Amino acid sequence: MTPLDDPALVRVLAADGTLAPTPAAERYLPLIDALTDAELETFYRDMVSIRAFDVQATNLQRQGQLALWPPSFGQEAAQVGSARAARAQDHIFPSYREHVVTRIRGVDPLDIIRLMRGLTHGGWDPTDPKNGNTHIYTLVLGAQTLHATGLGMGLVFDGKCGTGDPERDEAVIVYYGDGASSQGDVHEAMVFAASFQTPEVFFLQNNQWAISVPVATQSRSPLYKRGEGYGIPSTQVDGNDVLASYAVSKLALDEARAGGGPRAIEAMTYRMGAHTTSDDPTKYRTSDEEKAWAGRDPIARMRAFLEARGASRQFFDDADAEGAALADDVRVRTNELGSIPRAHMFESVYSEAHALIQEEQRWLDDYEASMEGGAE
Amino acid sequence: MSENLPISRALNAGLRRALETNDRVLLMGEDIGPLGGVFRVTEGLQKDFGPRRVIDSPLAESGIVGTAIGLAMGGFRPVLEIQFDGFVFPAFDQITSQLAKITNRHEGAVRMPVVIRIPYGGHIGAVEHHQESPEAYFTHTAGLRVVSPSNANDAYWMIQQAIDSPDPVVFLEPKAKYWQKGEVDLEAPALPLHASRVIRRGTDVTLVGHGAMVTTLLQAAALAESEGTSCEVIDLRSLSPVDYGPLLDSVRRTGRMVYAQEAPGFTSLGSEIAATVMEKAFFALEAPVLRVSGFDVPFPPAKLEGTYLPDADRILEAVDRSLAY
Ligand SMILES: Cc1ncc(C[n+]2csc(CCOP(=O)(O)OP(=O)(O)O)c2C)c(N)n1
Repeated sequence: MTPLDDPALVRVLAADGTLAPTPAAERYLPLIDALTDAELETFYRDMVSIRAFDVQATNLQRQGQLALWPPSFGQEAAQVGSARAARAQDHIFPSYREHVVTRIRGVDPLDIIRLMRGLTHGGWDPTDPKNGNTHIYTLVLGAQTLHATGLGMGLVFDGKCGTGDPERDEAVIVYYGDGASSQGDVHEAMVFAASFQTPEVFFLQNNQWAISVPVATQSRSPLYKRGEGYGIPSTQVDGNDVLASYAVSKLALDEARAGGGPRAIEAMTYRMGAHTTSDDPTKYRTSDEEKAWAGRDPIARMRAFLEARGASRQFFDDADAEGAALADDVRVRTNELGSIPRAHMFESVYSEAHALIQEEQRWLDDYEASMEGGAE
Repeated sequence: MSENLPISRALNAGLRRALETNDRVLLMGEDIGPLGGVFRVTEGLQKDFGPRRVIDSPLAESGIVGTAIGLAMGGFRPVLEIQFDGFVFPAFDQITSQLAKITNRHEGAVRMPVVIRIPYGGHIGAVEHHQESPEAYFTHTAGLRVVSPSNANDAYWMIQQAIDSPDPVVFLEPKAKYWQKGEVDLEAPALPLHASRVIRRGTDVTLVGHGAMVTTLLQAAALAESEGTSCEVIDLRSLSPVDYGPLLDSVRRTGRMVYAQEAPGFTSLGSEIAATVMEKAFFALEAPVLRVSGFDVPFPPAKLEGTYLPDADRILEAVDRSLAY
């Protein structure tokens, strides 16, 4: 049995791109019918661009420009669908692979590059409006689910959700993986979210693997069912179907924003490449499995759907060109990234002056000066 | 019989021997099975000992340590792998408030022969949470033993000694040195687990450190020698308890000590050692014990780690300061 056989799974597009909604998808079809051609094309362009970026970043890592790269290859539909479902006022808590989510919200992809190059520990300011309320990556698995829940609690306390005005109400969406779902933090986040009825969507991207460990080691029952145990309405969606991912996320976010409390989504997807550039998937998975999932590629699926609707050859070429331009731009700007001054290390450790740090910084300045001046 | 092995392979051989000699030993951690761990220290062990002796755990550090406590209660000897230093903290509560105290709470009736292997320290240019030196958190906690090998022979023997220990052992592996080769004597254990060791003789200044820093101390000693200063180098090996004998003997001869560590200096192992040596060898000292350490800031982005981590020059600067007293 493939993990996609659950009768509760929401899927709109079959793997070959034909419109073939599962019974569970029926209630979502109006949301999909409401999408304009331009929106459908945007979904596609988002996915194509980020894949081009991802390939470029992987190459940059191979060339020694980055310490590490976690590819999002194969997970584009889950990310684009959910991110495009969020409203501008919503808050986003990514894990560390949500490259296209951050891009859609306005974060400069170079900020992720700088993180993976070892120039920063975060790289962007979530409170700067240009970053679309997007928080920085969190490498400690699952930790961000609690932060998202706390922010959601604050929205409840401040009356910023459930006012009846969808233009103003705010929600939170938090991303994590199948492996991370085993962390105590995620369970505690769900307890708090349910207790305080936070306007929050737990968005689990089940890409089937936590590095080398298959999802069966994390859970014997489908992961979306866990949400139910905490009293959180939960849905499983085909994460390689961008339309289904969009619709399920949109409804969940709308309900959460309107005061309905937390929602959980398990997006069934597949990490088509390595976990990171330090990983070797041939050690733990079969090429048959990889081939089967390659047949469910989210980009190919959406392309077939758009082609059948009559999208022009020109549109696809333009989308490819847009991706290539993004990748080029990132490569050029990566090569231009300078170093960081050593003072950076002592800055923003505390908000107010701290005697020990000041002393150490002074010591280092003197020491470096004495080295530059030559040994006496 | 001896073999020339990198530290990671020496650990692998030591784990293998422990699995062979005691069928109550089991390994547990994230990705330690078919992948052999992200540093390949457990490579091939699941294949040979099966998935119930070498367990790929769910992705939950508190779960890994917490269940190991129960396994130890059931007579097993769990050897745990924490994937990276920065990911030990989700298990911190289980380690410090449970594992460390269980024997004491049972007045000795229940032992906790649990080993927690943690790749630690910098020098690998990694992203956040992958380069930390958390040793002081553990040495500060009574009930834990904390050790760190700096070479392949110690890696091979100390891991087996740690597994034999009836007490919980935090086993810190200097990840930057996993590929550093050394001669491993497969028959004769070199030293007891909790002994420190003089690894270079010298007469002017005593240099002390552990883990990856030992290599840097040896570099500094070689450079100092070319400038006419003779440094003695001591590998601490055991961080809790500390074996002060060789340190005090040495400082009584040299009159000077420099302690070097990657961890931040404030309330660190170096602080403790400096204080103790000053208390116990005050009249032998020609200069205060000096510490060289990481700065008291979060481990910086990789591009600054070269500035953050003590190198041979920073150690030599301290040597000069010591000699200037
Ligand atoms: C608390 C913690 N433990 C271990 C790790 C090391 N680690 C990084 S990613 C990863 C696997 C994560 O799998 P999953 O949550 O499914 O997300 P994916 O990487 O597949 O997107 C592990 C074990 C970590 N980052 N944080």
